[in-house]
Parts: sequence; C-alpha cells; structure tokens
Amino acid sequence: MIRALAIAAGLVLSLAVTLAVFGLPVGHSMALMAQGAFGDKLAITRTLVKTIPLTITAMGIIVAWRAGMYNIGGEGQFVSGGLAAAVLANWLIPSSIPGWMGLTAMLIVSVVGGAAWGGLAGWLKTKRGVEVVISTILLNFVAIQLLAWVVAGPLKDPAGGVPLTLQLPDRVMLPKFDPQTDLHFGIFIAALAAVLTYAFLYFTRAGFRTRLVGEGERAARANRIDADRVKIGAMLISGGLCGLAGGVEYTGIAGQLGTSFAQGWGFLAIPVALLGGLHPFWVVLSALYFGALFAGSRNLAGFTEQGTTIIYIIQAAAVLGLIAIGALSFKKPILKEAV
Amino acid sequence: MDLAMLLVYAAPVAMAATGEVVGQKSGVINIGLEGMMLIAAFFGMLVAYTTGSAGLGIAAGIAAGIGASAVSAWFCVRLGSDQVVVGTAINLFAIGLTGSLFRARFGQSGTLISLPKLPAFHGIDPVIVVMLLSIPAIWLLLSRTGWGLAVRSAGEYPKAAEAAGFQVMALRLQACLIGGVFAGLGGAYLSIGVAGSFAENMTNGRGFIAIAMVTFGRWKPAFVFLAALLIGFFDSLQYLMQAIGVQVPSQLLLALPYVVALLVLVLVGKGSAAPASLGLPYRRET
Repeated sequence: MIRALAIAAGLVLSLAVTLAVFGLPVGHSMALMAQGAFGDKLAITRTLVKTIPLTITAMGIIVAWRAGMYNIGGEGQFVSGGLAAAVLANWLIPSSIPGWMGLTAMLIVSVVGGAAWGGLAGWLKTKRGVEVVISTILLNFVAIQLLAWVVAGPLKDPAGGVPLTLQLPDRVMLPKFDPQTDLHFGIFIAALAAVLTYAFLYFTRAGFRTRLVGEGERAARANRIDADRVKIGAMLISGGLCGLAGGVEYTGIAGQLGTSFAQGWGFLAIPVALLGGLHPFWVVLSALYFGALFAGSRNLAGFTEQGTTIIYIIQAAAVLGLIAIGALSFKKPILKEAV
Repeated sequence: MDLAMLLVYAAPVAMAATGEVVGQKSGVINIGLEGMMLIAAFFGMLVAYTTGSAGLGIAAGIAAGIGASAVSAWFCVRLGSDQVVVGTAINLFAIGLTGSLFRARFGQSGTLISLPKLPAFHGIDPVIVVMLLSIPAIWLLLSRTGWGLAVRSAGEYPKAAEAAGFQVMALRLQACLIGGVFAGLGGAYLSIGVAGSFAENMTNGRGFIAIAMVTFGRWKPAFVFLAALLIGFFDSLQYLMQAIGVQVPSQLLLALPYVVALLVLVLVGKGSAAPASLGLPYRRET
C-alpha cells in the first residue's frame, strides 16, 4: 500500500515536473487537466472511454510479459483485430443478421485476428528463434500499412471520398449508456478482461505455468512443463486481448476504420502494464490514471500546442523513475542474469 | 536508381546497425535505438536549422545520440535493469520529447522545414564516406584489438571476463556509447541528409529494422552493412516503382522493408552467432 502511494505521488510529481520543464504554469495546467478528466459527467465519461482500450490491451501485455515474452506488438494486434472485424462487417452490414449476433461475431473475430498476429510472433520465437521484441515491432508496421491499404482499397466505402470503411449501423455497435456521451458497454468488457486475466494468472494451472515459465524457464522445464507451448499460448492470449481491444474500439467508438484507427493504444499499454507491476488490479488503476491524463490533456491541448505528446514523456519518466528506485526489481517477469 | 542514392537511403539504418553491433557484442541490446535516432534527427535538424550549417547539425545529432545512450547505459549497465523495459521507455520518451519540442518551437505538428544540405561530390557526402570507413574500422576494433576481445568476452561470458581482469561494466558502457555515436550519426543524417526536413516520428521503425539487420548480418560489420543496403533498396522501391509507372498500392510497398526484415529473420533464425549473454544484465558479485 505504501508502495502504491509512493508510485501515485511519483506519477503526480513527474507530471508537475514535465509541465514545469516545458514552461507551463504547473498549478493552472494541472487544474485544467483535472477538470478535463474529472470536472463533470462528460469529463468522467471521456476518461473512462480512454481507459477501456488501455485496460484491455494492458491485460494482453501482462499475460505475454509474465511468460517472459516481450510483446511490443500490442499495436499491430489491436489493428489486426479491428481489421478482422471490418472484413466481417463488410459482409454483415448488408445482411439481415440480428444486431447482437453480428456484434458478438465481430468481437470474436477481432480476438481471432489479434491472436493470429500475436501467435505468429510466438511461433517465430519458439520455432525459429526470432526475438519477440523484434518480430512484434516489425509486425506492428506491417499491420499499420495493411490497415492503410485496406481502408483505401478493398474495404473502402465506395460512396465516400476519403479512405474510410463503411459506417457500422447502430444495431451492430456496442450500446451507449447515454446518447450524449461516448461511454459504451465496452467498459464491461474491459472489467471482465481484467477479472479474467487475474483469474487466469492466479487461479488456473495454465496461468501458474505461464508465470513459472516467465520466472525461470529452466525450473519450468525441469518440472516437465512444455515451455514453448506455454509461450505460444501466452502470445495467443495476449494477441487475442489486444485484438479484442481493437474490436471494442471499432464497435464502441470508431464505427468505421481509417488510418487514424492505429492511435497507439497497444504501444501505450506497455508502460501502463509496467507501472501497474504487471498485476491486473494495479494495472487497472494505472490505465485509469493514463486515461485521465489523455482526457485531461484535451483541455491542455486547447491551452497549448504541446498537448498529448507530453503524456509520452510522463509515461517514460515514470517507468524510468520506477526502475531507478528499484520498485520493479521483485515484480520483474524474468530472473535471468548473465553468468 | 544509382549506387550513391541507394547508399544515402540505406545510410541511417546502416550506421545505426553498425553501432548496434558493438553494443550487442558487449551483451547489451539497445531496444531504444529507434528513440535515440529520433532524438538525434530532431536535435540535428534544430541545430542545422538555427545555425544554417548541416555539419553542425550532424555534430549536434551525434552529441544527442551520446547523451541518450548514456542515460540508457546507466540503467542497462550500471543498474542492471531490464534492457527491453529501458529501451521501451527511451522510445516513448523520444516520441514525447521530440513531438513536444517540435510543436513548442515550430507551432503546428505538420510544419514543413527546409534544411541546409551537406556538401556532396557526385551524390557522395562526407557522412557517407565516414560510414564506408567505419565498417572496416569497427571490424578491426572488434576483431583485432585487445579492447575488442574484452568487449566480446563481456558479451559472451561476463563472469569469466571479470575473472580475467576485465571491467565488464566499463566495457559495456563504452560499447553502448559507441552505439550512441552511430545512432546519433544515423538519426541526424536521416533528417539532414536524406529528408532535408523533420517530421514527427520520422524514424518510422528504422531503429528496429537496424536491430533486425544486426541479427541478419550475424554480428559481422560487413554483412550487417550489406543487409542494411538490401533494406535500403526495398525502402527506395516505392519511389522506383512510381518512377517506372508500375501500379502497386503504395501502402504495400511501404510495408515491404518490414516484411523483408521479418522474412530474413525467419530464414536465418537466431543461430549460435549471437553473443551468449546478449540482453542479460550483469551484476558484479560483491
């Protein structure tokens, strides 16, 4: 608890220092950000809307990293999840399938799309020895270019002038709580993802094996655990969660895909997961904090040109600060060391 | 497409990868290479733009590369932190820092900037010459000097290196800083030499491709350079195809370098050429 408070204080401090370094009035900026994040009902819903994709992708990162698989490819998996759903949507929209059925199918397909992208990296690591860090990053760029091609070519809305896919009809969109705000039922999916990730890691045999492999492959192998299988499994789940995040963002907010669909959620999820110590409960809080920063920085963006790029600095400073004070040392997924 | 142009296109990746060979040989993988190149591209641009001198810009880029690698090395070597975590943080930091500073200095994020050019002879500028000379130099340094032997032992079996009287931490630190010099040179050359401008996040994965090329080139400077040339060729293919009028969706051509990098990694695998302790922190027993 003391550690959590120290981290929370550090996060606020790093925000203040970053603002000060860029010559912004600290108190005034922070008040503006707080107002943009929690000031009224609209602000709170904005924070939660940003927290949804961050939470789901960060859960994906947790599972992979806990298995010692450094999945940096959340972004590519997010995009491929959205793309898979969009391919299905192209066929669903003109059909007369009931909305709930179409929506469920799109979400499932998005999980499959993300899992395929993540599983590919897992397979490359275990069978071909290609480092996950490198393969997932390269796959990110491939997915992003694939998205750019698909929305401008095969899946482009023929009626529109700009590269966007067909607009999803409301019946296959995730329902909203209130037509005035953007907050959608994806928040339940995010909460469920967090609970299931926690249950998987701490209450299932497969989750136990995942953690064991991440903490020491030799010990795991000595206990006759097929480490390669566990690693591929972790990458499938990780990719599946990131793909689900893409599906939720598509059916909850975007409604159609364009190049701006790759907004960096999968990338930002990594520091969110790290700051939460790779534990689902703390990661949800971490996702909330960064969701609030995003929502709050909207206010700041109106105030100065720096806007959202500042958040990257805060994230990086917070991660490095956390390492420096050694807080990560006993939550690190690997215990490997040079001999 | 002539050779000089190919060299120019390939240079940022080639230089970053050459420096990364030194770092990886010492046992440190620099996931933050992308970010270091981006920081160097920004500060190189800023100094070249303000002073009107491309040479000063390149120098500023190198200084920025050294600075960024010093921070990274302090975490990865001195503190023995996880190299992937530190590198990821450096990359985030670079995007945030360069994006924020660019907007603070030039207003809009899409502002076009025109930079002074490096002096060139038949398309070959001094940085290209330095790059071509640095490849045999790095090979000599790593394979034919006592320092190189010490660095390689630090990357293979650091405990034995320490027992043999080498200072593993100091060696890794020096290797990281050399990597930073080249990352800085490559990044600054990207904005000043190749693009003649700066755009947010302009490195666009070149740092990661450089890391992949180190694996592809089996940690041998000459092979790594050839691998970078190959990627440079695929990178320039989009312009070539447009020039000869072949109709291929440009987005797929843009994806080509990444696909090629991935495919060659699949084909060559990791193999035994990798330094045995690559990516593993070393902690001295006290």
